[in-house]
Amino acid sequence: MSEQNRQTSDDETPAGAPSRRALLGWGGAGLALGAVAAGGAVAAVGSGDTPVTAADSGAAVPFHGAHQAGIATAVQDRLHFAAFDVTTKDRAELVALLKEWTRAAERMTAGHAVGDGAYGGLAEAPPDDTGEALGLKPSRLTLTIGFGPSLFAKGRFGLEDRRPDALVELPKFPGDNLDKARSGGDLCVQACADDPQVAVHAIRNLARIGMGRTAIRWSQLGFGKTSSTTPDAQTPRNMMGFKDGTRNISGTDTAALDQHVWVGEKDKGGWMTGGSYLVARRIRMHIETWDRTGLQEQEDVFGRDKGEGAPVGRAKERDEPFLKAMLPSAHVRLAHPDTNDGATILRRGYSFTDGTDGLGRLDAGLFFLAYQRDTRTAFVPLQRRLAAHDALNEYIQHVGSAHFAVPPGVRDKDDWWGRALFS
Amino acid sequence: MRAVRFSVVTAAATVAALTAVTGCAEKSDGKGEGAVQVVAKDDSCEVSKTKLPAGHIELAVQNKGSKVTEVYVLFPDDRIVAERENIGPGTKATITAEIKAGSYEIACKPGMKGHGIRQKIEVSGGKVAKRSPEMDKAVAAYRTYVQAQADETLPKVKVFTDAVAAGDIEAAKKAYADSRIGWERTEPVAESFGDIDPKVDVREDGLEDGQKWTGWHRLEKALWQDKKLGAEEKALAPTLYKDLLDWQKRVGTAEITPTSMANGAKELLDEVATGKVTGEEERYSHTDLVDFKANVEGAEKSYELLKPIATKNDAALTSSLDKQFAALNTLLDKYRTDKNSYVFTSYEKVGKADRKELSDAVNALAEPLSRLAAAVTK
Repeated sequence: MSEQNRQTSDDETPAGAPSRRALLGWGGAGLALGAVAAGGAVAAVGSGDTPVTAADSGAAVPFHGAHQAGIATAVQDRLHFAAFDVTTKDRAELVALLKEWTRAAERMTAGHAVGDGAYGGLAEAPPDDTGEALGLKPSRLTLTIGFGPSLFAKGRFGLEDRRPDALVELPKFPGDNLDKARSGGDLCVQACADDPQVAVHAIRNLARIGMGRTAIRWSQLGFGKTSSTTPDAQTPRNMMGFKDGTRNISGTDTAALDQHVWVGEKDKGGWMTGGSYLVARRIRMHIETWDRTGLQEQEDVFGRDKGEGAPVGRAKERDEPFLKAMLPSAHVRLAHPDTNDGATILRRGYSFTDGTDGLGRLDAGLFFLAYQRDTRTAFVPLQRRLAAHDALNEYIQHVGSAHFAVPPGVRDKDDWWGRALFS
Repeated sequence: MRAVRFSVVTAAATVAALTAVTGCAEKSDGKGEGAVQVVAKDDSCEVSKTKLPAGHIELAVQNKGSKVTEVYVLFPDDRIVAERENIGPGTKATITAEIKAGSYEIACKPGMKGHGIRQKIEVSGGKVAKRSPEMDKAVAAYRTYVQAQADETLPKVKVFTDAVAAGDIEAAKKAYADSRIGWERTEPVAESFGDIDPKVDVREDGLEDGQKWTGWHRLEKALWQDKKLGAEEKALAPTLYKDLLDWQKRVGTAEITPTSMANGAKELLDEVATGKVTGEEERYSHTDLVDFKANVEGAEKSYELLKPIATKNDAALTSSLDKQFAALNTLLDKYRTDKNSYVFTSYEKVGKADRKELSDAVNALAEPLSRLAAAVTK
């Protein structure tokens, strides 16, 4: 069967880009560096002190590593996020599925077609790969898996004793208007890529492989990342026109990542060591009312100006915010770690627009994705504060919600998503 | 049921599968060497060769017209040997088929409508495909099944059409779903007669311009939505019976092969996935679950007959299929009071979450079922 590469092979890497082999060769520590390079920054590589220029956005992000890609690695432009129900009752089948998914993810993130490819096989059978990503580059595709609380329910897969304490049921926050059909899930897969077709292809193939064992519960497409893990790059704007993610954790700041994002040995993390906790919230924006709000009020609501993104009373976007100069209900003030006993999350959200809602209103907003070391001390208190006081609440509503334990990375070709959990 | 165009696809897929089985020794290299050149224009359909040796043929189609076209290879009775839809202006496409000696027609349909521009071709000599005795046995048994379904269906259709003709709405409603079971069980074969399906099983939205709406769904609408049977409806009843009588007479001539059986089984599940699970098929009577069950039974029959062959090649596949058929049947049983009756819950009363569960179960079965044809031909 023909090996259908979407990617130029290692030997044909375009000049100036780090080859995939080189990226892989850096090992665990190099993972973050590689991501930065791919993200458009210039980084000096520890191994040879050779400056590596920016890779084009079509490059491949290494799949293997201590942590899953798609968390601290540079944020791509597009998202397809899917939450799955596990429909099989058989633990062995679930394990087999996770292994199959891992192998497919390895191939797709490297830019290869799944299985025997999209053509050239038996004429009377459907091809292994759906084919819409043929000819496209890997596009920095990352696939990140998470396990929802419901997977650990008693009597399902014998995992009730392995449910991490931090994988709580999220409390109901004031103002939530959650749609069950857009919430929860036993498993999730976050597919991020610079090309939406590549991200959709990945979820579609995983969904297909999963049929009979899993079924998609809900999914969300996202565009226009609303935060960045490469703070040197220009800060993206959200659907409200404001820069979002100015103070996000940098993908290269290993100290901050260890402190706020990765589950550590000290956390009695067990199988979750090296993993993280993901909160996904579909936040609908009342776009039309926002758009007829005065500029002053818009800026007051956020606590930053709209053009530069500077905090109130400051000149530049990255100037240290003076929180007390902001209104007590300002979003930035309420969300800032200083207001929250240092609670810090890594944001990775995307804008979404799912057409209109039948009333002629844009069904749009922010698909909020946040990673943290312990949701109980990060997202939960933060969101409690925001839900109670944030001036932004007048213009937004949380309509979907899910929480997942995101296991550590797949180390090598023999490892698989969730091995530590199931063994 | 489907719109006319879809029935065409089904038939083509069936025959394409046949192609694959008989020609399994020789894979198409796709290079088009020795291919019959077909140049399709808006007002012509030029074929480079009209006399061909039997066996593997390849059509290299070039659309030089301004409209999207489709190209067919047809038996003299309009049964489809092979076809290709959606060939855009200025694009090329290849159609491959395994053809026995006989007369055929090649048709181009600019705008993908109508009778098309046709060209006769003659096929002579050639080799005859060999099939194992167990495959022949499976095909023969399935042929018997298909005929029996048609034979048993006609009297049930008569009960229905007689009631309609007599203006007896209640009796007609009662007989409606039952009169469709045999058809639904063998739909891929029934649909391979491209001229019968649009007369008996078309839905209003599947009609082409100028096509008169006849058949089951026309009467379904009269019974459940309009709640009256006028002179027109009463007159349509004997027509439906007559058209189905035609099906009963011709069904024995259908081309059936092991792969067409396997892909037919998958197509039955596709029918469920696109028409029944959505409630689209029986939008007035809401008897979708009866069709659903009949489609699954038909698929299961094909599968059972092919299972001895498939198990030898892919035991993991057949064990997964056994499991998924059982799971889907168990799920369907929830919607009927007794296992032997075909009285199912009205689909109107099946909630969103339950429909999702049914849909997931259909996908869980249809996905492995799509690999049955390969397991049979390995």
